Amino acid sequence: MSRIFTWIRSHLVVLAGVLALAYLVLPNLVVLAFSFNKPQGKFNYEWSEFSTDAWTNPCGVADMCQSLSLSLQVAVLATIGATVLGTMVAFALARYRFRGRGATSAMIFLPMAMPEVVMAASLGTLFLNMRIPFGFVTILIAHIMFCLSFVVTAVKARVMSMDPRLEQAAQDLYATPVQTFLRVTLPLAAPGIAAGALLSFALSFDDFIITQFNSGPTTVTFPMFVWGASQRGIPVQVNVIGTAMFIAAVALTVGGQWLGNRRKAVA
Amino acid sequence: MTSTTAPAPARAIPPDDAAAPPARRPRRKLTAYWLLLPGIAWLVVFFAVPMVYQGSTSLQTGSLEQGFKLTWHFATYWDALGEYKWHFVRSFSYAAIATVLCLAIGYPLAYTIAFKASKRWRNVILILVIAPFFTSFLIRTLAWKTILSDGGPVVGALNALHVLDLTSAVGLTSGDRVLATPLAVVCGLTYNFLPFMILPLYTSLERIDPRLHEAAGDLYARPFTTFRKVTFPISLPGVVAGTLLTFIPASGDYINAQLLGSPSEQMVGNGIQKQFLNVLDYPTAAALSFILMALILGMVTVYMRKAGTEELV
Repeated sequence: MSRIFTWIRSHLVVLAGVLALAYLVLPNLVVLAFSFNKPQGKFNYEWSEFSTDAWTNPCGVADMCQSLSLSLQVAVLATIGATVLGTMVAFALARYRFRGRGATSAMIFLPMAMPEVVMAASLGTLFLNMRIPFGFVTILIAHIMFCLSFVVTAVKARVMSMDPRLEQAAQDLYATPVQTFLRVTLPLAAPGIAAGALLSFALSFDDFIITQFNSGPTTVTFPMFVWGASQRGIPVQVNVIGTAMFIAAVALTVGGQWLGNRRKAVA
Repeated sequence: MTSTTAPAPARAIPPDDAAAPPARRPRRKLTAYWLLLPGIAWLVVFFAVPMVYQGSTSLQTGSLEQGFKLTWHFATYWDALGEYKWHFVRSFSYAAIATVLCLAIGYPLAYTIAFKASKRWRNVILILVIAPFFTSFLIRTLAWKTILSDGGPVVGALNALHVLDLTSAVGLTSGDRVLATPLAVVCGLTYNFLPFMILPLYTSLERIDPRLHEAAGDLYARPFTTFRKVTFPISLPGVVAGTLLTFIPASGDYINAQLLGSPSEQMVGNGIQKQFLNVLDYPTAAALSFILMALILGMVTVYMRKAGTEELV
């Protein structure tokens, strides 16, 4: 007995860590398990019967897959917009000293330090008063706005850690500025840009608060659909999509790491 | 593309070299402004201007039918504060409890990843921490309804251990229910913002040289003393960043209160959402979000000053 206690005492931190990890993963497991449920009634909160119906017919719910495709479209476009704009800002901040640099950094930092609901309500108020109709365009504008700062932060960190001598070497070897940028600077900055893009895709795809204030009644993204369903009745297919997203995310990160390791091994 | 001739940090340039290319300097600065222009313009138009506009909206009166007019009606603030004062109290206390819980739960995990896990396990755990970012948090929050359901295993266990008697005594739960009580909301908030605590903690812990631990051990420090005097102080920037990254979004959140709480657990976010989307009283919604923003900025400033880390921004 006392042996067990000494073991527990010396591994206390790891045990607490494992418990914390369980806390993080538990809901995902519940979502997975309940994707095989056949609920009685409209809500999928209580287990009743095993069934694979939802997996064989994932789009069997009215409007769910449309909302999913809308979310994907918004996320892709928002990612492209935020990544292009954010990378430009990050290069300017990392590479140049200029007047207004401090103000620019503050402007980048503030959206990340603001509660989402405040940004959501103020942008929504502006659209209302400018009589801009809510819909796809307003969602996209809002998503690019809040993703931008995250891209800037990710890319800036990468560009700051790049060795400027590599680019100087390219120029010494008579590379034109365009060649240097395309063949040296861009590949070196790529991991930071990819991280920023991935993050803004995830943020945009999953955003609810800002979307709820800026979407209008007819443009329903996937999180909006889930929100509505949580009041009306939740189809099991929602759990299927949730599980599929989890698997895709893990596969994506594992694949990314594997690629990174291989590249390192090759280099 | 003049951006390619990267200027080394100003200090690194020898003094006689600094004045060498006088003709190119101004052009380079111009490039910086061109790079900034689209992104910063986007933020000014869709972030800064709306904030200012929000200020003017909060001082307007009127209705949706007759239109709103700027009448410098400061009373909206008092009315909003009077009506929603308990929402504010709940927002900040729930967010504070969730932040403390996130720190208590997240620190051991970040520590385990940084120091105890092998390289392979480290990647696995990090993926499990990050993966929730990519899966719908609304769906996962709804899963808590199943986990905390009345008569479910979690509630049963808490009941058997008499934990619920204790939490009921301090008002966190009521009777033998967890759903629709403050505890459920705090649990959801803690869960949802935990990754935002773990990641900065991990980055700051990972930078610590393990030889520092060996050195402390060589100097006869017991493990806990090493932690208190070496590890924790070095990880402070991570603690500050993590607490801010959990507290700020948690105090503005309304999803957990809506999905896991009852009307008596609502937070300011619920109030803003209701005024904006249901009541269509835009001045009150604007006033509420302005008060929330001001309170948070005030608290963050005081906190950062006390914590004394400036390397955050």
